[in-house]
Amino acid sequence: MRFGRAKFFIVVDMETGETKTVDNGISMNALQGAGIQAAETASKLGAECIITGNLGPKASKALNAAGIKTFQCNGGTVEEAIQKFKNNELSSLDMPNVEGHWQ
Amino acid sequence: MILTIASGKGGTGKTTVATNLVQIDGQRFKLLDCDVEEPNCFLFLKPDIQETIKINMPVPDVDETKCTGCGKCSEICQFKAIASFKTPDRGFCITFPELCHGCGGCMLVCPEDAVTWGKREVGVVETGLFDDIKMVHGRLRIGEAMSPPLIKAVKKYVEDGYMNIIDAPPGTSCPVIEAVKGSDYVVLVTEPTPFGLNDLILAVEMVREINIPMGVVINRADIGNKMVSDYCMEQGIPILLEIPYDRKIAEVYSRGECMIKSLPEYHKLFSDLLFKIKKEVQV
Repeated sequence: MRFGRAKFFIVVDMETGETKTVDNGISMNALQGAGIQAAETASKLGAECIITGNLGPKASKALNAAGIKTFQCNGGTVEEAIQKFKNNELSSLDMPNVEGHWQ
Repeated sequence: MILTIASGKGGTGKTTVATNLVQIDGQRFKLLDCDVEEPNCFLFLKPDIQETIKINMPVPDVDETKCTGCGKCSEICQFKAIASFKTPDRGFCITFPELCHGCGGCMLVCPEDAVTWGKREVGVVETGLFDDIKMVHGRLRIGEAMSPPLIKAVKKYVEDGYMNIIDAPPGTSCPVIEAVKGSDYVVLVTEPTPFGLNDLILAVEMVREINIPMGVVINRADIGNKMVSDYCMEQGIPILLEIPYDRKIAEVYSRGECMIKSLPEYHKLFSDLLFKIKKEVQV
């Protein structure tokens, strides 16, 4: 799963454990710049960290600019991903790990 | 007069038609190769290059000291070429110039006047002379995705008093429309195959949409089937020329030569084509 094209984001408050679901359909269906728009959304939601499968170059540039850290977790449930994050088992994605589309 | 040589399908013979047509005597020609992603007219008519001009398009430059991260620019941008962020300690924008279409919307809506015009090079326009034929082409910068601004720059060289022949890119998308619009007549080059017909229909629909008269050239006319000529007949589109499937034509092409010079027996085909086009335009 690629960050910009994710259908939904699950926002987790790490202190209270509270979650909410945010529809990312507008970015998912964007012709271009999905990662950029998704990064803006994440920033507006006040996210400090992102856990995703893959990260494209523009999303990476935008998230870095916004000061949001990114971690990689492929597969599993959200709960499992959060658990791995808490256990420091996820590797950070400081650089994009997949290529941009049409490049 | 502006005559554009287009096609739906690629590799049907647009450049062959364009480069041979401009060598017919008795007319002043200007050849504009608008297939800026892979211009090839200069390979067949080898002009002396006269000038090389860099073409830029406007992209936003953001003054960080003025930006508050309000998000108005990002909201108006349909291409996500500008992203806006507001963190507790600051507001700012980042730009993705390679995505920008140069509309200037971000500049208009910025309440802080923080956006000014920067530039991105899209490619070069080169002009040259081959015999008395004036030639112009665009070469898209490697890595650049947007060709219409460069095509527009090539078309600025259209000159009154000349028969301006535009070699268009293949397909039916934005670059083709940019090349075709404003023409007095369009020649669609196709081949008598199901693929040729399918793409010809798309091209015909596109040209009708922009309301320009057109005719068809069928290349490799004796292969395939009759579906293309039946279609043209049914649609009332004149078939201006049929170029036979001849191994000699392919050999000449592969050496970068022109049919009209290396195979004089085909000269008449192209002078007849020019005559028919002129007649069609007058009607």
